[in-house]
Amino acid sequence: MLFNRFFRGLSHTSAWLVLTILFAIIIVLFHYSKSAIGDFGFFHFITNSKWIVGNDGNGGNFGGLIPILGTFLSSLIAMVFAIPIAMGIAIFLTEIAPEFLKAPVGIAVELLAAIPSIIYGMWGLFYFGPLLQSWFGGQSNSLLTAGVVLGIMVIPFMAALSRDAMNTTPSVLVESAYSMGATRYEVIKDIVFPFAKKGIIGSVILSLGRALGETMAVAFLIGGVFRFPDSLTSATISIPVLIANNFGEAGNLQLSAMFYMALILFIISFFTITIAKFYFLRKTD
Amino acid sequence: MKLAIQTKDFSFTYPKTKEATLKGINIPIYANKVTALIGPSGCGKSTLLRSCNRIHDVYPGNSYDGEILLYDNNGEKAENILQYKKENDLINLRQRIGMIFQKPTPFPMSIKDNITYGLKLSGIKNKTELLDRTEIALKGAALWEEVKDRLNNSAMGLSGGQQQRLCIARAVALKPQVLLFDEPTSALDPISTASIEALISELKNELTVLIVTHNMQQASRISDYTGFMYLGDLVEYDVTETIFLNPKEKKTEDYITGRFG
Repeated sequence: MLFNRFFRGLSHTSAWLVLTILFAIIIVLFHYSKSAIGDFGFFHFITNSKWIVGNDGNGGNFGGLIPILGTFLSSLIAMVFAIPIAMGIAIFLTEIAPEFLKAPVGIAVELLAAIPSIIYGMWGLFYFGPLLQSWFGGQSNSLLTAGVVLGIMVIPFMAALSRDAMNTTPSVLVESAYSMGATRYEVIKDIVFPFAKKGIIGSVILSLGRALGETMAVAFLIGGVFRFPDSLTSATISIPVLIANNFGEAGNLQLSAMFYMALILFIISFFTITIAKFYFLRKTD
Repeated sequence: MKLAIQTKDFSFTYPKTKEATLKGINIPIYANKVTALIGPSGCGKSTLLRSCNRIHDVYPGNSYDGEILLYDNNGEKAENILQYKKENDLINLRQRIGMIFQKPTPFPMSIKDNITYGLKLSGIKNKTELLDRTEIALKGAALWEEVKDRLNNSAMGLSGGQQQRLCIARAVALKPQVLLFDEPTSALDPISTASIEALISELKNELTVLIVTHNMQQASRISDYTGFMYLGDLVEYDVTETIFLNPKEKKTEDYITGRFG
């Protein structure tokens, strides 16, 4: 009886702890960004492309447009790059690969997902960035490099989730499509994909959430300069990189502006994940 | 009597198993008749059924032995379907031999699209023809009156019995020679079961039916011929009445009278 109550209490506390931490984070972000919100407002802040530290080191003119744009564009490039490849891997693993290949390729995909992001960053900085530069010109540390490496980073995650979604297609449904005279391609297109659609969209959105918040690899690759990207191959900055690079020496108002950026990133990721959950949890009609 | 299918010393082995699941099966399937396969679980009746449209080939590593002859509409010329290698041959085969599964398997699309799916695959594009064939197929499956006002609704919204009739309509729309039923009523209530059985008896005017069933009453109600299978062998095959009233084999009699199985 005592034991019962003890466990009940323990599991309740654990559950509430999660909510408490979530709210604590929101409160702290909001609290520290209050002076920047007061000074710059919302629309002015997100449309202002300047980030100038005042002469005394404390004031200044701070706007979030460039890092917000950098975050969105690098994630967008990542998605454009990752989605077709991840879908190809998922289809291969569920419908095409012979049994003896399924396990090794599946494990390789999961191993890729376990590589720490700094390793992707170094690889991109020393090898992949210069390679892209030799193909497309521009700078080796650029929106394009950051986006493509981000894409490579989320591919395993997206592929694994999509594979799991496709694996839920009942085998009788697949068999009955074959028994109507469908080819393998038609079965994938007409049965497996529509059936797994929600799970696949969910996997894309969750991957997007990861790409939006990724700091380390992007810090290596996006260039880290506060400049409007006039082409795909030019260097710019993203929200996490801005914060990581400037945290040490920031004055009061700049610090507050960075908290404001963090709050915006938090809200963006929060909404992406919420949409993903909404898709995952929604029942098929 | 015309033959639709005839197996000759047909054996089947699943991947990674040493012993054959079906051992030298010889069974004739007569055209425009209902042939039932009965027997305890694991006797190989579904395996035999699933060999007839080579649906086993969806998974790799199976091995076939012997012959399964599929006759043309006149019951004269026959081809050994086990010799088909190309995807195209298998597609043609599966459009000639349709299949209905244990559980209803409506595709995640509208009622109309479910019916026209196979037709479109077979190359029919003309919209009026598609609509006409949809109506004929749904009428043939006694489903038209229930769904004619909601052809564009999702097929997932139909009841279990309606879904199963939709699957039959979908298969019938392709005008197959043979329909394979793999325990088509095991997931349905008695009323839906009765309507499916009535439908099967109707269907044999146009095509040949091979049905696997666990339910012996069902076999005796709807089939003309019955094969009793046990541990991968066809123990006895005869006119349904003879199997149920005068079985020659002791094993068959034991199974029919419920002494095992």
